[in-house]
Amino acid sequence: MSTTFIGMPTVPGTGNLFERAPFPQVAQHELGNVQLRTNLTKATTAIRTKRAARVAELGDWEDLRDSGAAAKDVVLARLPELLTQFEAAFTAAGGTVHWARDAQEANAIVRGLVEDSAPLNEDGRREVIKVKSMATQEIGLNEYLEDHDIDAYETDLAELIVQLGHDKPSHILVPAIHRNRHEIRQIFLRGMEDADPNLGTEPRELAEASRKHLRKKFLTTKVAISGANFGIAETGTLSVVESEGNGRMCVTLPETLITVMGIEKLLPTIDDLGVFMQLLPRSSTGERMNPYSSFWTGVTPGDGPRNVHVVLLDNGRTRALADQHGRQALRCIRCSACMNVCPVYERTGGHAYGSVYPGPIGAILTPLLTGTDAEENSTLPYASSLCGACFDACPVKIDIPQMLVRLRNEGNVVKESEHGRLPKTQLDVALTGASWLMSDGRRMALMEKGLPLAKLLSPKAGIRSLPGIAGAWTSSRTIPRPPRQSFRSWWSAEHREEAREERREARDRAQFRRFEARSGAEPAPEAGPAPRSENQHETKES
Amino acid sequence: MRIALFATCIVDAMYPEVAKATVSILERLGHTVTFPERQACCGQMHINSGKFAQAYPVVKNHVEAFEDADFDYAVAPSGSCVASLGHQHPMIAEYMGDEDLASRATQVAGRTYELSQLLTDVLGVTDAAAQLGSYFPHTIAYHPSCHGMRLLRLGDRQSDLLQTVEGAVVVSPENWDACCGFGGTFSVKNPQVSTAMLTDKVEALINTGASVCSGGDASCLMHIGGGLQRRHELLPAQATPPATVHFARVLAATREHPLILNEELVSGGALR
Repeated sequence: MSTTFIGMPTVPGTGNLFERAPFPQVAQHELGNVQLRTNLTKATTAIRTKRAARVAELGDWEDLRDSGAAAKDVVLARLPELLTQFEAAFTAAGGTVHWARDAQEANAIVRGLVEDSAPLNEDGRREVIKVKSMATQEIGLNEYLEDHDIDAYETDLAELIVQLGHDKPSHILVPAIHRNRHEIRQIFLRGMEDADPNLGTEPRELAEASRKHLRKKFLTTKVAISGANFGIAETGTLSVVESEGNGRMCVTLPETLITVMGIEKLLPTIDDLGVFMQLLPRSSTGERMNPYSSFWTGVTPGDGPRNVHVVLLDNGRTRALADQHGRQALRCIRCSACMNVCPVYERTGGHAYGSVYPGPIGAILTPLLTGTDAEENSTLPYASSLCGACFDACPVKIDIPQMLVRLRNEGNVVKESEHGRLPKTQLDVALTGASWLMSDGRRMALMEKGLPLAKLLSPKAGIRSLPGIAGAWTSSRTIPRPPRQSFRSWWSAEHREEAREERREARDRAQFRRFEARSGAEPAPEAGPAPRSENQHETKES
Repeated sequence: MRIALFATCIVDAMYPEVAKATVSILERLGHTVTFPERQACCGQMHINSGKFAQAYPVVKNHVEAFEDADFDYAVAPSGSCVASLGHQHPMIAEYMGDEDLASRATQVAGRTYELSQLLTDVLGVTDAAAQLGSYFPHTIAYHPSCHGMRLLRLGDRQSDLLQTVEGAVVVSPENWDACCGFGGTFSVKNPQVSTAMLTDKVEALINTGASVCSGGDASCLMHIGGGLQRRHELLPAQATPPATVHFARVLAATREHPLILNEELVSGGALR
């Protein structure tokens, strides 16, 4: 795949961006978890239906998608300039900008800021509260802070469930989508020191328990960490959109607010939000508008945090940006519509993808951030049947299926350059043979001469078991008995004379084209239809 | 009109009756069908497996086979292969640095239609029974294949045509727009996930009570048929599951030459 040098050395992404084991292996394990599949099917079906209804309300949905994609492409094309503009505006508004090349740098910056602003408690540790953020999940911030005597408390209900269950998120919007309410009750009883032992399983009760648990933290903690849905270059404004109000409390109550934002989250002006505030809630939660949209621009005297920081995170984004096809993945606004419609995600869940970005977008974004030569993520682009549901659902029109195929190719090119061109697997051998066979009709015809024999050797009711890689097919699908004769062979028997005529004409036309090209009298029409024979019109009118 | 048939490799080698049915339908409408003999395959198997360099000669062959042929329209009984022509061939040519082939591929793709597209948009078929004499007195569970649905935007073209076949009743399985799990090499690279998707599709189809499952892509139908057949092998006591049959064969069936559902014709879950 061609990459463009954009004036900066690219740094591969690090952090929680790697598959644990090859996707098929983990997927097989996850498929065995019946509870997981039930939870996932129920949840994704519900969100899917809601999204479809909300999207159907808008007559200009397709125009909105086009606008969203175009706006993001403009941002990506102007990124260096917009980042500088953002830095200037954010600084002018009283905030401090930090730049992080990768996960380690970002984590270290945040740790330094927390140590400067959060007091030590009686256990000799510091505390921060957090708004749900994919960027901080990506860099593994919570784990890093914990290792440095800082306790980060997630305040989003689902993130809290994941955190208390010592679990990992399996969805970017609904991180605990793999849990049902009975499991959540258990997690709360085990993980919340102040949980009521008579806690029920009603969503209302569970939400109330978390609310009580978190209230004190909101009122006493001095430092909050957030991500950002949008950053406005012109004004230096940051924004978080959410449903629970925990975000609003985190960005207003503490003294210090630290935001970790991927560099691709910028929009040029406040006006650009108009499109995205319609696209995002409908695509993510299936709502017309999310309940809480918070915007803050630096420090406002007497109101809200007095120390405002932003950590601008690269972590592989420049690498993805340099990829002329892959850069479209940076349009992603983390809405999760693609995973909610993905039949593969629905069956395996998010953990199978290893990376914090699961589902279709994860299968392209993860390798684009880490580099396709990172062996760990080489199976992710294959985690799709290419059904295209993700592309249809994407509010910023990321052509995920095409990108998956391009990444598959890129992976193969990398493998071949490292291990030589010789086919390695049975599938490689089969495809190499098929390429030769299928690039010529005559070779196909020859191959098809074997059909009567194949038919003779096949059981009448179809083929139930084959060796090798074909066994992966016959493990669950019977192959029909082949026909006695191919269509091609039937046709040429039926149309012997016509076929001869057809071949003669084709030869003449090809010769004519070659002659034309050689003589160079007039450049052959590059893509024009083949020159037609004189009798063309007669044929047409007959 | 002269209509060039792109049979597609799977129909050519495994489901020749689908191509014969396509020829029969078009001839019934008074058109001349030709078969450019150099044709082989659209190359999707290689493209989707990430073997762009190996796909290149396949794509080139297809473009040359069709640009040299004399026809008004080309047609294929497959949404997936037609979609590959427009969505993937130029990409492969460009990847290999062959800009000339890319623009020629775009030309060929622009003249190639999926069968229901040609019948509906170009040839004006709105009533299969009246215009083609189609007769098929069975309940049909219709499966829209992903690429026809999402890349070609075929919409209801195939099921609308099926609905106008004399005697046919068309029903939709639950989650009708969900992928069957085939995905080409996906089915062997991720066989467990593919099977999980197939299992749900098979159950949904059986629950319709239909006697056949029809759609526009032989590859998906082979996958679904193989799953239906396997289920029948494992649970022989249950009622015979629907056989899969391409919609071209349903449209081609008439009172004089009916398509009969008998054991003889059903192999591996597919009617051939």
